[in-house]
Amino acid sequence: MEQILQQLLNGISLGAIYALIALGYTMVYGVLRFINFAHADVFMVGAFLAFFLGQNLPANSIASTILVLLAAMTGCALLGTLIERLAYRPLRSAPTLNVLITAIGVSLLLEYSGQLFLGANPRTFPPVYPSAQLTLGGVILSGNQLLVIGVTAALVLLLQLVIYQTKIGAAMRAVSLNPDAARLVGINVNAVIAFTFALGSALAGAGGVLYAINYPSIDPLMGLMPGLKAFVCAILGGIGNIPGAALGGLILGLVETFVGGSEASTWKDAVAFGLLILILLFRPAGLLGKPLPEKV
Amino acid sequence: MLTVENLAVAYGAINALQDVSFAIPRGGIVTLLGSNGAGKTTTLRTISGLVKPRGGKIFFDGEDITRLPPHRIVQAGLCHVPEGRMVFTNLTVADNLRLGTWRQPDTARTAANRDYVFSIFPRLQERLHQLAGTLSGGEQQMLAIGRALMGNPSFLMLDEPSLGIAPKLVQTIFEKIIEINQRRGITILLVEQNASLALDISSHAYVLESGHILTHGPSTALRADPRLRAAYLGE
Repeated sequence: MEQILQQLLNGISLGAIYALIALGYTMVYGVLRFINFAHADVFMVGAFLAFFLGQNLPANSIASTILVLLAAMTGCALLGTLIERLAYRPLRSAPTLNVLITAIGVSLLLEYSGQLFLGANPRTFPPVYPSAQLTLGGVILSGNQLLVIGVTAALVLLLQLVIYQTKIGAAMRAVSLNPDAARLVGINVNAVIAFTFALGSALAGAGGVLYAINYPSIDPLMGLMPGLKAFVCAILGGIGNIPGAALGGLILGLVETFVGGSEASTWKDAVAFGLLILILLFRPAGLLGKPLPEKV
Repeated sequence: MLTVENLAVAYGAINALQDVSFAIPRGGIVTLLGSNGAGKTTTLRTISGLVKPRGGKIFFDGEDITRLPPHRIVQAGLCHVPEGRMVFTNLTVADNLRLGTWRQPDTARTAANRDYVFSIFPRLQERLHQLAGTLSGGEQQMLAIGRALMGNPSFLMLDEPSLGIAPKLVQTIFEKIIEINQRRGITILLVEQNASLALDISSHAYVLESGHILTHGPSTALRADPRLRAAYLGE
């Protein structure tokens, strides 16, 4: 029983990081209908921003942790809007395939300029966050898990507030439903898209920091696997659906942790992707996605 | 108030509009008639900035708006209620109306516009917290017009407001269009399949055919034109 609770906790904290990244994929898909493959590399840049700042901050401090989180989120928000402005906006009226290929290009650019300027060797992430653990009836809650779950819950709540309670959130939903109608009521669609990129990239930045605190070896290609997994989560939950991305993250995190903790541990990725195939076979629009009629 | 000069629009190699010119003075209701595919919707979409013209100029209140992005055109006071209503079905009626004020920073004016919208379409107030997707076609049309009015326009373009709406509601909506024009002084450009109805409420009409202006004149005169009677009034 304790073991199950422990794995549940581990799974939720892994899933929380996937969810943070998946939210960015799904939000951008919502407004632009394409997968921003460079998103996973924004996640990597977030970890590196925190790495450089964290080296110069006092270790084992909550204040340092908050500071690197905020810095990485701001930096990534700027990077995300910059990518949108320079790479995707000129292609606004081009076919989706062109944008998709551009996204892969941006992703490679970030990865390999990372290797060029930062080096390909892994670096050790500085211990900005105090390591501590709490034992609750045999279940160990590490400080890291508390941080990941706490920060993710706070950010997802905040995101929910922005999207469902503010005017810019209503505008995002409007653009996602019908960009032309949004233009006709006077919404500056480009500004809304830029805002969406900023928001999604900030979440990826936070994800990068949390990931680096948990797995403190970072390199310019570190975004690949978590990015791919988060992409799976977004699809699993229903691409374009925000609660779906969070749910997809949790499911994948739990599945990976439980399979990883069992005797079939080497099968954990196979089970994760197998699950995706299975869900898509029976629910092609994802768990919370609504099947859309094909546009003609 | 709105002047269109030698407008030309093409979709790829296909010319949708050629040499379309008209001028709409402040205060009236003008209608644009034409059969399916004549270019009526394209004309409206070009004026509101959704489609970029290949040639020609559009002036609104003396200002050249030909190359402005759609949100700047709305800000200038020119609102377009699109064909098929295009309300945000995933948002509540209240949010739809709120988005109509995107370019309207004046909160006192917004409150006044909101009161006005509720006074002409009380149904919207009753359904304020419902999702727009749950409204009937007629109610969605009211919402689309109400949403446009929230932006405080001086000029309203209505594309097929009677399309897919119960006949009883069509009557109500056309009465409201006249009221908006007379009581609020909003100039209206109306595109309508129901030519008879459109000629009834407009003072002047233009007829589009295959992308160019075939003829124009006072609505009463066009109503008497035997060619038009045959083509558009089914008489």
